[in-house]
Amino acid sequence: MSWVGRSIRRVEDPTLLRGVGMFVGDIGGAAAVRFVRSPVASGLIGAVRGPAYTIEDLDADGVGNIEAVLHRPDYVRLAQPLLARERVRYVGEPVAVVVGDTAAEAEDLAEQVELDIEPGPAAVGIDGALAPGAPLVHPDESDSNVMVAGEMATPGLAEALDRAHAVVDLETVSGRQAALPLEARGSHAVTERFGGRTTLHASIQAPHMVRTVICDLLGMPEADLRVVAPDVGGAFGQKLPLAREDAIVVWLSRRLGRPVAWIEDRSENLMASWHSREQRYRLRGGFDAGAHLEALQADVVANVGAWPCYPITWGVEPLMALAELPGPYTPEHYGVRSRGVASHTCPMSPYRGVSRPAITLALERLMDIAAARLGIDPVEIRRRNLQSEFPHTSPTGLRHDEGTYREAMEMAVRHVDLGAFRSRQQTARAAGGSQPGIGICTFSERTGYGTPAFAARAMGVTPGYENVELSMDPSGYVTARIGASPHGQGLETALSQIVADEVGTDPGRVRVVASDTDRTPYGWGSFASRAMVLAGGATYLAAQQLATQLGSVAAEVLEAAADDIFLADGRATVAGTSVGVEIAELARIAHHHTQRLPDGAAPGLSAQAGYDPAGTFSNACHVAEVEVDPDTGGVSVRRFVVVEDAGRLINPMIADGQIRGGVAQGIANALLEEVVYDEDGNILTTSLMDYLPPTVAEIPDIEIMHLETLSDATVTGAKGLGEGGTIGAPAAVLNAVNDALAHLGVELNEMPATPERVREAVRTATGTPAG
Amino acid sequence: MTEISPADVAVPVVLRVNGTDHRVSAEPRRTLADTLREECGLTGTHLGCEHGVCGACTVLLDGEPVRSCLLFAVQAQGAEIRTVEGLAGDDGTLHPLQEAFWRHHGLQCGFCTPGFLMLSTGVLETRPDIGDDELREALSSNLCRCTGYQTIVEAVRSVRDAAGA
Ligand code: FES
Ligand code: FES
Repeated sequence: MSWVGRSIRRVEDPTLLRGVGMFVGDIGGAAAVRFVRSPVASGLIGAVRGPAYTIEDLDADGVGNIEAVLHRPDYVRLAQPLLARERVRYVGEPVAVVVGDTAAEAEDLAEQVELDIEPGPAAVGIDGALAPGAPLVHPDESDSNVMVAGEMATPGLAEALDRAHAVVDLETVSGRQAALPLEARGSHAVTERFGGRTTLHASIQAPHMVRTVICDLLGMPEADLRVVAPDVGGAFGQKLPLAREDAIVVWLSRRLGRPVAWIEDRSENLMASWHSREQRYRLRGGFDAGAHLEALQADVVANVGAWPCYPITWGVEPLMALAELPGPYTPEHYGVRSRGVASHTCPMSPYRGVSRPAITLALERLMDIAAARLGIDPVEIRRRNLQSEFPHTSPTGLRHDEGTYREAMEMAVRHVDLGAFRSRQQTARAAGGSQPGIGICTFSERTGYGTPAFAARAMGVTPGYENVELSMDPSGYVTARIGASPHGQGLETALSQIVADEVGTDPGRVRVVASDTDRTPYGWGSFASRAMVLAGGATYLAAQQLATQLGSVAAEVLEAAADDIFLADGRATVAGTSVGVEIAELARIAHHHTQRLPDGAAPGLSAQAGYDPAGTFSNACHVAEVEVDPDTGGVSVRRFVVVEDAGRLINPMIADGQIRGGVAQGIANALLEEVVYDEDGNILTTSLMDYLPPTVAEIPDIEIMHLETLSDATVTGAKGLGEGGTIGAPAAVLNAVNDALAHLGVELNEMPATPERVREAVRTATGTPAG
Repeated sequence: MTEISPADVAVPVVLRVNGTDHRVSAEPRRTLADTLREECGLTGTHLGCEHGVCGACTVLLDGEPVRSCLLFAVQAQGAEIRTVEGLAGDDGTLHPLQEAFWRHHGLQCGFCTPGFLMLSTGVLETRPDIGDDELREALSSNLCRCTGYQTIVEAVRSVRDAAGA
């Protein structure tokens, strides 16, 4: 029986359940680091007085600047200092840093630091940053706030729009969100008194990358820095880029020769960690008489904040929108301009789904509006437009491998029983009061980004491949050392299932070592729904090699042909016989009796493999059922259905967990969470009293069904699904809200659809005054 | 020279945690959460917000779930405090709720887990036959960013049902 495909319990859990996991804040024994942050959005720094280190101290030590680079002519390159130099550019930007014996002392010291800042005008929202004469965020480097601008159009776009049977124009807006891992960021560094080597423990997603960039900044050999991500309390992209704070923690520990730790508090996390998602889409869709989307034109603006993030850069959101906007649909003509615009607000990093929640919102609203305009059903318009021939090459050259776009939708709508819903809706409309609505969202999730996908972005650093080292020790246990860096996804468990199948052992005899640069091969960490595909693929390939080695040892011991040996249930057996030997015994022989190995065989049992695919596409359909109170604007999600096709599921329980968690974040994006700034750039949402993540009260049970398309785009058949929940849920919910209020003529294309926005939309549609 | 206020002067405090007395010294302004984590070495109690919203720091105080980031250590003197480290049996056997969270995949990153375990322990001990709606409401006082909650609810319900069976 195979282990892959089974919902075995996670190996990660017992430690966490007992409360003996080790998160950064649990390490202790260190002086407390606290950052003194800018209280204003924009200004010139006069003097910094008090017991603090500033950029001058970093400069004196020759500490470098962060350079997050894209090699494109339309990209503004900047050198970002670790602490603000001369100017501050957002509320919360670190200006100085203090070190106290305790957290309380560090807080007191920080209060003693006086910042003389001459406040200046701030560019805040998208319109503010794009307005003529807007205050410039980087006046020395650029005479506008547009930091990256991509543009493309297929020939014939304008003509295609001209001859379209129906043209639909639409503007959608996605509010700014915070990824909000429950554990905020943090780091802890110790420099050895003898030898001077530093160990950084940090709550991060990509330890090897962080080691490289910190060593570049501090001018030290990578061999002298060990970076460990211990247990990480959620990340969702917020812990992917280099944190300036982490680099400073390493610098301080080396300079002071004492252990130091920075534990971010929640208000810092909400104010000065990374934000994401603030985007505006203007779409024009040209449909033919058969309701097929022939031509799609888009103008996308992403507010990318005050600084780029390393190594992803601030091109990631706008350029992903440019490349992936056609989504699961098949417009022949496509044109887009997509800009990243800087503002005096917190910098942005990719948050689970990156641009795709906003892309999908725009496209799925377009489909629903077009359906209404053309007098057909939302299901029918998608039926006519979804990809169904594979591979499909998009207008931007992306190759979609096989998927089940239509099948997933048909399955979802059958499951919810759309007909029964519509008659309930009719009854409710007649009765007045709260109104039910249903929303469909179909989408593709590009996953398994390897080097080819990142190379196309022309990044200064090209992430991609993953490496895995596998060895079986003399006791017969397997250790897998991986470059990926799981933090709650259950990757250790899933990889142990893959190894167990290939080498004929039990997952309990597999240990996965991750997130420690001293003990793992170089890799890119965990992000972008890629770990299962990349690290899973590399693990699978390495495990096959290990199985071959075991087979040849067994062949020698059993005096059989290697091809006749099969490995299962802890034994190597000669096919068709009961002749066999324990794998654990083979492991002993391979290490301790190497005279028995075949001629020329290397002692021991170990294998190494890398994997670097071009990428693949998962797909899914989400259906949300909501109830909207037109009087209060309150929306509650009553039902949520997901049909997901992520290829082969290694551990269905873990896959479902990823979907549920993602959908909850997506519902939050659609209805609840929004980072708010006032027009001067003061942030108004710095506590969980103002920034509202959902509780169990706002999240319904999520009904999940799977399709399993086994594409050859990945060696394991797994496609990855870590972000799908957050990608599809916002559009499904917004479509449902619009459906609920359709009879009032409401059109609401901005999220979060807070009660105020819903009421505003109802007032606009019905012409009733505010009251 | 900053003035030293009485709140900054450490005083001896005895905390009874998971049946063991911990003699520590803590400034009157020191929270119970910090004291448990830093003085008692019980780092299973986590801090997700330090302003009373997330519930990651939930412990039981005389059987009641409380947010240990909002209490001062001195206020907890004389009370029976229970933390996640005290849930498993002396022989290491997991508590039924720990087992259920494991079986139902009620955790991903595990950061919220100690808080949810203590909250649900307190809820089920005081209201063993709590109804589904009330249970959801009780669990709505803590935040989880990873799971979407459903599996947490299922885990707690399964323990309630098994106990009532
Ligand atoms: S840390 Fe106590 S409620 Fe969040
Ligand atoms: S499991 Fe990560 S916050 Fe709940």
